[in-house]
Amino acid sequence: MNRIRQIIRPEQIRELSLLLIILLIIIFFGSQIDSYYTSRTFQRISSAVMIIMVVAVGETLVVITRNIDLSVGSIVGVTAYVAGEQVSIHNDLPPLALVLLAVGIGTVLGLLNGILVTYGNIPSIVVTLGTMAIYRGVLVEYGRGENVLVRDLPDWLVDLPRVNLFSIGELDIRLLVGVAVVIVIIFQLVLSFLPYGRRLYAIGSNPDAARMAGLPARRIVLGAFVLSGALSGLGGFIYLARFGTISFNAAQGLHMQAIAAVVVGGINIFGGSGTMFGMLLGAILMGILEQSLIRMQINEFWKDAIFGLFILLAVATDALVMNRLRDIWARAAVQMREAAMSEE
Amino acid sequence: MRKRDWRWLLRWESLLAVILAMVIVANIQISDHYLGVDNFVNLFHLSIEKIILALIMTLIIINAEIDLSIASLMGLSACLFAWLYNKGVPAQSAILIALAAGTLCGTFNGFWIAYARLPSLVVTLAGLIMFRGAARILLEDRSIGLFPQWFNDLGQPNFVGPLSFGIIVFIILFVVCLIVLHFTAFGRYVYIIGNNRHAARYAGIKVRQTKMILFTLSGLVSSLGGLLLAARLGTVRANVAEDFELDIITMVLLGGVSIFGGTGTMVGVGLSILVVLNLRNGMSLANYSGNIQTSVVGILLIASVLLPNLFRAVRRWSAFSFRSRDMMSKDEEESQETQQTDTVGSIAN
Repeated sequence: MNRIRQIIRPEQIRELSLLLIILLIIIFFGSQIDSYYTSRTFQRISSAVMIIMVVAVGETLVVITRNIDLSVGSIVGVTAYVAGEQVSIHNDLPPLALVLLAVGIGTVLGLLNGILVTYGNIPSIVVTLGTMAIYRGVLVEYGRGENVLVRDLPDWLVDLPRVNLFSIGELDIRLLVGVAVVIVIIFQLVLSFLPYGRRLYAIGSNPDAARMAGLPARRIVLGAFVLSGALSGLGGFIYLARFGTISFNAAQGLHMQAIAAVVVGGINIFGGSGTMFGMLLGAILMGILEQSLIRMQINEFWKDAIFGLFILLAVATDALVMNRLRDIWARAAVQMREAAMSEE
Repeated sequence: MRKRDWRWLLRWESLLAVILAMVIVANIQISDHYLGVDNFVNLFHLSIEKIILALIMTLIIINAEIDLSIASLMGLSACLFAWLYNKGVPAQSAILIALAAGTLCGTFNGFWIAYARLPSLVVTLAGLIMFRGAARILLEDRSIGLFPQWFNDLGQPNFVGPLSFGIIVFIILFVVCLIVLHFTAFGRYVYIIGNNRHAARYAGIKVRQTKMILFTLSGLVSSLGGLLLAARLGTVRANVAEDFELDIITMVLLGGVSIFGGTGTMVGVGLSILVVLNLRNGMSLANYSGNIQTSVVGILLIASVLLPNLFRAVRRWSAFSFRSRDMMSKDEEESQETQQTDTVGSIAN
């Protein structure tokens, strides 16, 4: 038993059980839906998850610092619309410039959120609830009810979602999905190994202690919001590539999906714990549920109710089970240390 | 200490009164139709559900919690009512069932928050998605209307004199909330718990019970609001009352209620309700679209927290420059400051 405790931490048990739930759900849907285990199902799920994944990476960074960003959906909408409009007008805009435009707009909007939260001393829920409405309102006014249309977009952008990175057997890994996965991996490495990542955890688990230890708390939290904005901008670009037609209410409610992925993925809403890997599992779980429910054709309207239930369950198990597990682990560690000391 | 708190509140509320006066003067300039009983009734009538919900939200935010699920709960009870009525249940029983279901959902939220001690932010966020989802399950993409005439009349003006039923409910509820919050023991408990939950518990206050009552009430009032909305609109879709929480939270925070709990008055919220309503009305009269209005409300929301912070920063700065003059009051201020940051820590922001 002690050996198991040394190998596995409670957080990993949580992630493993999430993996198990995903497998069970896949088996369940596989038994309900004909020809479920095909590359087409994988394609649908992976292209639905990629946007949420990129946006939820930023959301994870913000939530780890004990903040929340409700404005990501509006930022995705704004960047997708503005980038789409620009590329419709200037059809010869190079791809890199378009990506930079989207990320740049996202960065500016995220910076505004971050400045208000850190230097304005306003709780992030108030700031981002406000900016969610402000960004969306400005977008509607700016767009004047006109949509970005697929036929105005250059060919490379329309074909981008179908560009293949590589194939494993019958499963095609699309370029954009690959990009999303690479971003998740990069930020997991940042969280695990870079000082900046460790500081995010430090601030989230105890803001006062982090400040007293001399961490520039404001700048670090500001950075998290800027990154969240930038990644939402990238999410906006992917959104544009995937859907092509962008109306002013594009990506409305995306923040809910991102937060759902984050919370189900085991990132503590009080900050200080959670991994990108957990978030990835949360996003995949949500994506599988969403796409499979649509295909089951019983009632796609069940989606939201089930999402909400999953969030509540995730938080409840975190509070009731995980704390107890952590207690057991901590107690075992103390016992082992005492045993080691008495041997000496 | 007490005297200073009182003076600060007076200043915030007089600031609101000044803003309100400015908005009203601007509105009179903009349109000839602004002054008149019809427009004033209309002004309340068009947002009646929001302002009713703002009252209960005030209690919850003073209690240092938040309820994001109210708008979805309004939608759910409106949809449940419409669905039941469509299935042939008499309207009276459908109303009662919808109210009961709303109360139950509020109790459900309250259970997780008060007894399982989950953060209200996440619980009600889950509620926001879940209740809206339940409404979608009921109505899918249909819209249901053709309610009985007496039910539709409840939502129209000229129910009693020029007033609608909703406005009468609002006035009664405002007076009740004012009395409960400021003149009863329960109201004091709400403040104390909002200031310091642990101190309240050690003082023998039933923290869990109080929170439970507040969230149950919130569920009941939300479904009442949803039914009023159904009566006013005449038809119900699954997305009714979507995004109402922005306006409601703005009204509360603009009224001088701290998002960290423990401070704020009903009078302030009443004034800020008037400010928001008049502002929206004025912008409508000046032909600004709903989205511009929503953006302005968002700016108001941020400004309502940013401005007091700026005041405090300026005051701290001036206290710093005259440190030798007034050592005592600065210490006092610092203790206040730390108290506030403590609450920030214990309650998710």
